[in-house]
Amino acid sequence: MIKSTKKSVVGSSASSGRIKAIDIVNKGLKRRYRKEKRFRLYGMLSILASVAFLAFLLTSIVFNGYSAFLQTYIKLDVPLEAGMIDKQEPGRSDFQGIIKSAIRSYYPEVTERQDKRELYALFSSGAAFQLRDTVLSNPPEEGTTLSLWVLADDDVDMLMKGHMKRDVPEGSRRLNDKQLRWIERLEADKRVEKRFNTTFFSAGDSREPELAGIWGAVKGSIYTMLVTLALSFPIGICAAVYLEEFAPKNLATDFIEVNINNLAAVPSIVFGLLGLAVFLNFFGMPRSTPLVGGIVLMLMTLPTIIIASRAALKAVPPSIREAALGVGSSKLQVVASHVLPLALPGMLTGTIIGMAQALGETAPLLMIGMVAFIVDIPGGFTDPAAVMPVQIYLWADSPERAFVERTSAAIMVLLAFLISMNAVAVVMRKRFERRW
Amino acid sequence: MQEVLNKKNVEKRILAPRESRDTIGRINVSNPRMICRDVNVYYGDKQAIRNVSIDIGCNEVLAMIGPSGCGKSTFLRCLNRMNDTIDNCRVTGEILFDDKDIYDSSIDVVPLRAQIGMVFQKPNPFPKTIYENVAWAPRIHGIIESKSDADEIVETSLQKAGLWGEVKDRLDQPGNGLSGGQQQRLCIARAIAVSPEVILMDEPCSALDPIATAKIEDLIEELRTQYTIAIVTHSMQQASRVSQRTAFFHLGDLIEVGATEAIFTKPSHQLTEDYITGRYG
Repeated sequence: MIKSTKKSVVGSSASSGRIKAIDIVNKGLKRRYRKEKRFRLYGMLSILASVAFLAFLLTSIVFNGYSAFLQTYIKLDVPLEAGMIDKQEPGRSDFQGIIKSAIRSYYPEVTERQDKRELYALFSSGAAFQLRDTVLSNPPEEGTTLSLWVLADDDVDMLMKGHMKRDVPEGSRRLNDKQLRWIERLEADKRVEKRFNTTFFSAGDSREPELAGIWGAVKGSIYTMLVTLALSFPIGICAAVYLEEFAPKNLATDFIEVNINNLAAVPSIVFGLLGLAVFLNFFGMPRSTPLVGGIVLMLMTLPTIIIASRAALKAVPPSIREAALGVGSSKLQVVASHVLPLALPGMLTGTIIGMAQALGETAPLLMIGMVAFIVDIPGGFTDPAAVMPVQIYLWADSPERAFVERTSAAIMVLLAFLISMNAVAVVMRKRFERRW
Repeated sequence: MQEVLNKKNVEKRILAPRESRDTIGRINVSNPRMICRDVNVYYGDKQAIRNVSIDIGCNEVLAMIGPSGCGKSTFLRCLNRMNDTIDNCRVTGEILFDDKDIYDSSIDVVPLRAQIGMVFQKPNPFPKTIYENVAWAPRIHGIIESKSDADEIVETSLQKAGLWGEVKDRLDQPGNGLSGGQQQRLCIARAIAVSPEVILMDEPCSALDPIATAKIEDLIEELRTQYTIAIVTHSMQQASRVSQRTAFFHLGDLIEVGATEAIFTKPSHQLTEDYITGRYG
């Protein structure tokens, strides 16, 4: 049958009149291989393209941000004369004044009021706090001179890192010629140095870039994620198990299923509005806190976790369920002993996706006040806090040049946080993934 | 020409009206363990089994044969209410076990299934160790409390299933690592670990090679002394080898039931004869 129809296609090329099927196969072989080759090429190209984009993204972030891990410090000799440090309460001494007088004594030629102000501007306002910490932790003798590496102002930092050019006209840079000369003198005396930026990893947000750190946001994110995970993982899995294993299949469960799928597609800011209306206004929970942020993100991640968990439960072969039922186990025993262990890796995958999504979410948190400028490092679930993506958003919005590199550095920290969070989940999943 | 006519006759008989499809043969036995009367099973609107009445005797092997889709597996799964897991499945009629209808609302399926165990078509050991496969069910029923109880029950069950000698040194290995025949015997060991009274087997050898099949058939012969066994099989040779009584199902009807020997040597119903002589099926 096949031979006769094919014969008419192949036509006169057959001498004997009977064409073997293998000849037809051979004829089409080249075309088939070409098609396969083409398809593989497309696949490789798309992978190459995505790798290229990713590499471009990462290099631009690293290139912009790596300099934020270093910070310019200036060595300042602080002579402590009698009466400068309050004997009764050393913490209440005028440290700002002491720093200023130390600066003046290094530049005795500066006398003008305006010049003095420009001179002080080279040093960070955090220098006074550094001095205070030093004095309080190790009270010095009167009359001694403390040699202190204090933070440079962000403009000086930018100059030292080459983000601010020295050879452009005075009007187009933030440090004037006079200030440049003062800095050159410091450099000549080897009093300027770039050191590892510990402030960035230990401080909260600040108006001064050199005093701003990501640690407050990291802790805020940790607390928020803990709340999200603690709520969404058990709730999501219980909901999925109930819907998949126990719930009767009727109109009500169909309705719930449709709505869960819809919720997964709802823009995240809507969840923020919901959180504002329900948790803040109705229940009166404290605003700007990881507690509320975590609950709002929990609402957002729940559909993802439920959908992934249900898919994982569906993938468990029914023969396992039947086997367990066949020996007379109750439904819960079937689920707890056999179905859940097999579905857990898939459920964890869903949780990873949901948590990663929650970690990078900004919009819903804007609504519940987590976008506020928060200097303090949160110490608990009910302290006002920022989270990393919000911090990135805030810094990206700041005009100072030094915040540009800090924005990129914060993105790096966020990525590192995300990767380590996922790594933990992958390790856990691998441990449960003993399918045999 | 004769051949063609014969075929036509067979087709006519297969599609014969329902009324003429009453069960032929003796459905009751002297010492029944389970009594089924007028069992109907529906999947939604579709009726899968029609008015099946049959007894399953104590310590006998009842074989159920019939062409694909004849409802023999469906009927088997009614006997321990495994059909409960299928959403739109409905069962009417009565199935008596210990003089109680197992579909009565007062019956709890958990102890019921502990008494009526099941072995499935495809070997389905739990993805756990061989030891756990056997010990799990007795543990959840509270039959075993100590480790030594468990060891004992695992050993006796595996011995009864004829698997002990092959696996006694690797009880902590995964059950899925065994060969197909060993897995099926492990499933049998798992079923008998809870000391059921009836064992239902749904084509237990269809995925196995002849050697593994022979082992299982020997095992069924041994188990018969302690358990009542109902087995669904596609292989008529198997039915004739292992069973004392045979029931022939066709398109949801129980066509004929009787002593295995009688069924295979002088079947009464034309459909039965056509089937066992291989004219269709």
